[in-house]
Amino acid sequence: MSEAEAVAIVLLVGGMMYAIFGGADFGAGLWQLRPPAGELGARVTRRIDYSLTPVWEANHVWLIFILVVLWTGFPEAFGAVMTTLYIPLALAAVGIVLRGANFAFRHVITGTSLAWATRLFSISSVLTPFFMGTVVGAVASGEVPPDGGGDPMGSWTGLLPLLIGAMFVATGAYLAAVFLVHDARAADEGDVAAHFRRCALGAAVAAGALAAGGVFALRADARFVYDGLTGPGLPLVILSALAGLGALVLLARGKDDRLTALGRRPLAVGAVAMVIWGWGVAQHPYLLPPEGGSEGLTIEAAAAASGALTTILVVFGIAAILILPSLGLLYVLSQRSLLE
Amino acid sequence: MPDPGLLLADSSNLLAARNQMAFTLGFHIILACLGVAFPAIMLIAEYRGRRHGDPDALKLAERWSRAVAVLFAVGAVTGTVLSFEMGLLWPHFMERFGDAVGIGFAIEGLFFFTEAIFIAIYIYGWKRLPGWAHFWSGIPIFIAGLGGAASVVAVNSWMNQPAGFELDAQGNVTDVSPWEVLTNPASGYEIPHMILAAYMVAGFGVASVYAVGMLKGRRDRYHRVGFLIPFTVACIVTPIQIFVGDTAAREIADHQPAKFAAMECVYETGPDQTEWIGGICQDGEVKYGIGLPGVDSFLVGWSTDTVVTGLDQIADDEEPQALTLLHTSFDVMVGIGSALLALAAWFAFVWWRRRDLPQTVWFLRAAAVSGVASIIALEAGWIVTEVGRQPWIVQGHMKVEDAVTDAQGLWWVLGFTFLLYVALGVGAYLALRALSRRWREADPAEVTEPYSPRHEEATR
Ligand code: HDD
Ligand code: HEM
Ligand code: HEM
Repeated sequence: MSEAEAVAIVLLVGGMMYAIFGGADFGAGLWQLRPPAGELGARVTRRIDYSLTPVWEANHVWLIFILVVLWTGFPEAFGAVMTTLYIPLALAAVGIVLRGANFAFRHVITGTSLAWATRLFSISSVLTPFFMGTVVGAVASGEVPPDGGGDPMGSWTGLLPLLIGAMFVATGAYLAAVFLVHDARAADEGDVAAHFRRCALGAAVAAGALAAGGVFALRADARFVYDGLTGPGLPLVILSALAGLGALVLLARGKDDRLTALGRRPLAVGAVAMVIWGWGVAQHPYLLPPEGGSEGLTIEAAAAASGALTTILVVFGIAAILILPSLGLLYVLSQRSLLE
Repeated sequence: MPDPGLLLADSSNLLAARNQMAFTLGFHIILACLGVAFPAIMLIAEYRGRRHGDPDALKLAERWSRAVAVLFAVGAVTGTVLSFEMGLLWPHFMERFGDAVGIGFAIEGLFFFTEAIFIAIYIYGWKRLPGWAHFWSGIPIFIAGLGGAASVVAVNSWMNQPAGFELDAQGNVTDVSPWEVLTNPASGYEIPHMILAAYMVAGFGVASVYAVGMLKGRRDRYHRVGFLIPFTVACIVTPIQIFVGDTAAREIADHQPAKFAAMECVYETGPDQTEWIGGICQDGEVKYGIGLPGVDSFLVGWSTDTVVTGLDQIADDEEPQALTLLHTSFDVMVGIGSALLALAAWFAFVWWRRRDLPQTVWFLRAAAVSGVASIIALEAGWIVTEVGRQPWIVQGHMKVEDAVTDAQGLWWVLGFTFLLYVALGVGAYLALRALSRRWREADPAEVTEPYSPRHEEATR
């Protein structure tokens, strides 16, 4: 494996972490959009708040990580993406500002402005992952010319980008609901858990339907990725489908035995993680796949000077040794406080 | 090819992008300073509280950590916007120099992760971690603040004095040596100057809140401790800061003569340069300023014979613009630095004689404005650095006009960003004020913060 490929893997790890933790973050925001009525609704909202607030910031840093690794490791690809997809990216950034502001201020605002703030928060929790999804979809369908300056509107408003945007929203919602079932159980709130179980099922069905639609759109507009996913990436796609189905079965059974408690989170997370790795395998060796008229941009061709790549790998190594355990500590502490 | 209409559109794009960058950075930097230095002040208070059994100090530490959380969240958001902007506004800069610029940012990422994680742990830990363990959980925040600031500022100093990379014939980076990029010549003064500035902004800033409280008659021990801890920190830092700033100015005279000539309004190369205080730089002369003959040369080389490079030696298309702005900003920074030094000396003298604050309201009044003053000095300093580097984005290698995006509609984006940030600023201010009001009303059930559950749960 070359240094550039190692950095591409680091990028994919960042993408996976953000899809899982950041995605669940966004999803949790979505579930605040229409909580059930009455007292249950209040507890649902509070559960989301309680699970989200200690960790949102740490979850968010993965996005910065991705941006920095992309521009340091593959500056040309970064420039190409930025000069083409600036509209959805800027919109996603706005969503991030609104969400972050909400985390900062909602604990001190009260009354009707709180209701407004929550609504704004939920809406930006839906729009941000949607726009990020369109960016991924645009890359897959070869809308980003390697030297940049692609169509600022047309590039991300095709069927595939829109579908992938919707899929980002649905998967985040699904992951969030599964996490929240777990948290509500841990806090002994059976009815809240039941609510999120229904949410998870709904989101799973939506994500599944979008994925099925996505297959056709991929075939039509992103042949390279499609071939990769049905070729070398196929085992991972199958694993993902199995994990997703497994989680679905556990949830649908509606029982709350040990098997469910142990299985649902890893299976749900696994389903998401496998697709991402499958995608990575499918695109290999391209960063921007050859599609449409574009000849694409390979990982090697896009790679930065070696010193920059080495820095990323060293930083990533240090992060794995120092940051991941601290992150673990934070998650453990916040889970433990659920029990109090 | 040069279509005049297009050129106009392009240069207007450049102006919008520069304004956008300046505005968002100028906003972020205030929060960044608080993020870098406020945790240290909070830890000093906690240390004092635990070590000397000082309940006021401990209470302050806990409350400050809540304010830090609000500020950190806003800092994180505005910092994220900056990361997007690096690509959205300056794609060609990142394309060509991302390899070098990214090194500092990659390391910064490590520190921000640490900071985000441990701030959450620290705040959560008030009720959950035993005594000193809690104190130690704050130390990584302090270290991450220093490291984060150092690594971002290294990026900026690299833009000022690029080093540690090689270019091929097309001007693309072929090789970088990370260590030389990080330790470029400007890092030596920019990093300490920035970190010290952060401690001044946070120190004087927090102290001024308590000075205002004392002026309103809240003269209890709690307010006194709340004033003394940050104010002492800032007073210790100030003289060092002036020393470092002075070093910076001399380094710039050597290595970025165009910037130096612009900020001192030196038009003609030669010895015996006049140091101008204030004034308007126009048509090759300084109007309405106070001139100190020979002093500029003296400050640069300890002798009035020192030759200072003037703008006449700089190629026309490489001259910084906005000389008056640069000159005024520099004077404002130095002026405020000197005034704060006087304030610190006053405090130190009275403390040395009487172990007490100076007893006149004028002292408290001065202390009450010291926070805003240091923020103004901070912004002025950045204007000197950034506007003084024009027209270069990477000194000597790339001009801003070649770095800027072609995307349309930047003025609209700028307007929208402005509104959004005003809302953000007002929100942060209101949130902090609401917190302090609740503290004063001592209603613990109402007091929550971004990393804790909402009201009902907190008291459960
Ligand atoms: C509290 C804030 C503060 C105070 C009191 C001072 N400075 Fe400063 N100065 C800054 C905050 C700052 C800064 C953090 O805003 C800058 C911008 C870039 C940097 O490294 O530090 C800066 C930049 C800066 C530069 C330009 C550096 C460059 O372009 O690379 C010079 C020459 C000075 N300063 C000199 C001084 C002197 C002679 C001071 C003496 C009183 C002084 N500063 C006080
Ligand atoms: C360490 C971090 C920083 C980096 C990497 C950085 C980078 C940049 C870049 C890329 C630009 C646009 C190109 C240019 O005009 O040269 C810029 C402009 C600018 N930045 Fe910075 N900057 C940093 C810190 C700051 C801070 C904290 C301020 C605070 C006020 C600031 C003020 C400005 C201003 C005023 C401009 C516009 C200059 C002009 O248009 O004349 N910068 N900076
Ligand atoms: C172009 C310039 C800059 C960029 C791109 C940038 C980027 C960022 C990003 C992405 C974050 C969010 C990290 C998180 O999610 O926790 C952040 C936060 C932060 N930045 Fe910046 N930054 C810039 C300039 C600066 C400068 C000049 C400093 C100063 C010394 C600084 C200090 C901080 C600090 C301390 C935080 C943590 C938030 C806080 O404590 O308030 N940044 N920055």
